[in-house]
Amino acid sequence: MDLDFIQKYTPMYIEAGVITLRIAFIGILGSIIIGLLCSLIRYYKIPIIQRLVGIYIELSRNTPLLIQLFFLYFGLPKVGIVLSSEACAIVGLIFLGGSYMSEAFRSGLEAVHNSQIEMGLSLGLTRYQVIRYVLLPQAISVSIPAFAANVIFLIKETSVFSAVALADLMFVAKDLIGLYYKTNEALLMLVIAYLIILLPISILFSLLERKLRYAGFGN
Amino acid sequence: MQDLGISVLFQGKNFIRLLGGLWITVRISLISVIISILLGIVLGMIMTMKNPVISAITKIYLEFVRIMPQLVLLFLVYFGVTKAFGIHLSGELSAIIVFSIWGTAEMGDLVRGALVSIPKHQYESGKAIGLTNIQIFRYIIIPQTVRRLLPLAINLVTRMIKTTSLIALIGVVEVVKVGQQIIDASRLSVPSAALWIYGVIFFLYFIVCYPISLLATKLEKVWKD
Amino acid sequence: MKMKETILEIKNLKKNYDELNVLKNVSIDINKGEVLVIVGPSGCGKSTLLRCINGLENIQSGDIYLKGEKISNRRKDMHLVRQKIGMVFQSYDLFPHMTILNNILLGPMKSQNRDKKEVTKEAEELLMRVGLLDKKDAYPRQLSGGQKQRVAIVRALCMHPEIMLFDEVTAALDPEMVREVLDVMLELAKDGSTMIIVTHEMQFARAIADRIIFMDKGEIIEESDPETFFTNPNTDRAKKFLNVFTFNTAKGD
Repeated sequence: MDLDFIQKYTPMYIEAGVITLRIAFIGILGSIIIGLLCSLIRYYKIPIIQRLVGIYIELSRNTPLLIQLFFLYFGLPKVGIVLSSEACAIVGLIFLGGSYMSEAFRSGLEAVHNSQIEMGLSLGLTRYQVIRYVLLPQAISVSIPAFAANVIFLIKETSVFSAVALADLMFVAKDLIGLYYKTNEALLMLVIAYLIILLPISILFSLLERKLRYAGFGN
Repeated sequence: MQDLGISVLFQGKNFIRLLGGLWITVRISLISVIISILLGIVLGMIMTMKNPVISAITKIYLEFVRIMPQLVLLFLVYFGVTKAFGIHLSGELSAIIVFSIWGTAEMGDLVRGALVSIPKHQYESGKAIGLTNIQIFRYIIIPQTVRRLLPLAINLVTRMIKTTSLIALIGVVEVVKVGQQIIDASRLSVPSAALWIYGVIFFLYFIVCYPISLLATKLEKVWKD
Repeated sequence: MKMKETILEIKNLKKNYDELNVLKNVSIDINKGEVLVIVGPSGCGKSTLLRCINGLENIQSGDIYLKGEKISNRRKDMHLVRQKIGMVFQSYDLFPHMTILNNILLGPMKSQNRDKKEVTKEAEELLMRVGLLDKKDAYPRQLSGGQKQRVAIVRALCMHPEIMLFDEVTAALDPEMVREVLDVMLELAKDGSTMIIVTHEMQFARAIADRIIFMDKGEIIEESDPETFFTNPNTDRAKKFLNVFTFNTAKGD
């Protein structure tokens, strides 16, 4: 194991890691926004739009991110829309993540008993107030496990971005293997990089889940 | 009417080649799933054993496979094994190995969860009416476990099919790679091929995965007891 | 003689669930300070009636007036109407993610925009009256069913409603806890609250009611004072219903 090599190229991995995290962060934020919107649309069964959202969700859940990226990166330029690698990555991630988040939030919304809504209405709260003070707080806490799984899933999905020329972790690893044949070192650093990113998040969410379960939501 | 990109689909055997690539995708997924189910059942039963060493090993195995992106696992097997053992694994074989490792971990966890979730009194009721352990397993435990497993297993198939798109990145000629080849070959004749080819591949995946996921949902509902 | 103030008027209420005629031409008037108890077999429409008053169900025809103002089939501002009607349900659903005190404060502060200090003071006084002041910072999951139901009553009272509706509030409680809830309701009646109570507890009904209404299959069958109703009901159906609550000993003596 060539430790000098590892030392020399660690900064490159760190830089790539930062890029990965940055895009993941933006992508996850966007997914949450889209997801919230879509879940509310489906929960309130808003006509027509609900159908469109349903189609969107099925399309994005049954196709691989790689193809979505290829379409954006290689296909769109043919009709005059040219996006940078980073833009493609973000759009692709939000397209995919939005539908997963939507389903997570929707199951949270539906887990709140109708009687809670009626209780809130009976107190004279407006629909908006019931959503804000009664429905959403409970829905969000029920969604946390699925939400956590989605976050981890989306961060893992970022590994395909190298296919659209983004200088992320996979790109660096492949590069180093190709250029210097230091396969073991490159792969080791790759594995460690992902462990550093994902293990803490995974543990954090486990703890959060456990804490919320103690706060005892639901009778 | 010149340069209608979609014409690339009808040139030569392009569409057939795409379908051929799709078949390779499906084949790899099916083989991996079958291996995963078989090994997963074994793993699941092992995981219900109370031995702390076994628990630790299986737990680490599970967590590692869960946390690592599939592409990283593919790299580890495709590049790493080649370097470490000097044998050159084909992309397809690497894919089957990686997916089986991934699938076995998931199925194993599902099996363990299913076995554990069957209430103890089911075993006890079986004994109370005089069944042997093997009979209890066969008539009471296994049928219920399968019911809980099947929708999730089918869900795993769709996920594997989508993930096989990654193996194009280690050179396997499946549907995405075929698409790239067609696009390359048509660079001069149909410059806008990329749009159509990738669009079609998008829908090919959808046409394969969507019915399967519908099947899983339907089974889940029917067996909701 | 003091003029009676009519709080609620229900006129010719008709309600359907799809094809099924659930309420057929129901008319009732309730005066201030009156305690009306509605009894009847399951499915007779008594719970539905309460839900119609509160606007949780829509009605096909008929009108409801609260202190002279029409409240039935209102599209807008139903929430303002509901602030004047306090309702306690059978499923003691407090909001699980809030403390007991916050459960009580939510309505008055958010929909009535009252001052927090003033509402808190009132909430604590009411909690003390029902013996639950020490639980004000606890969460619903830490309370028993009877305690939760008493909090639900306090929560509704804090909105200063004109009328309180109780929908089988003790039906889901263990027997030991029924009494503590009924005692609270008796106190409210003594204080002069206007109440409509749907219940199965016959002895309680007899003790608390100013007037009894017996419903069956969506219509009012009999309406009288408690003494008459329980000792010598006028209609056969009422007699049959009350018989359900008396048992002859199994060994025949």
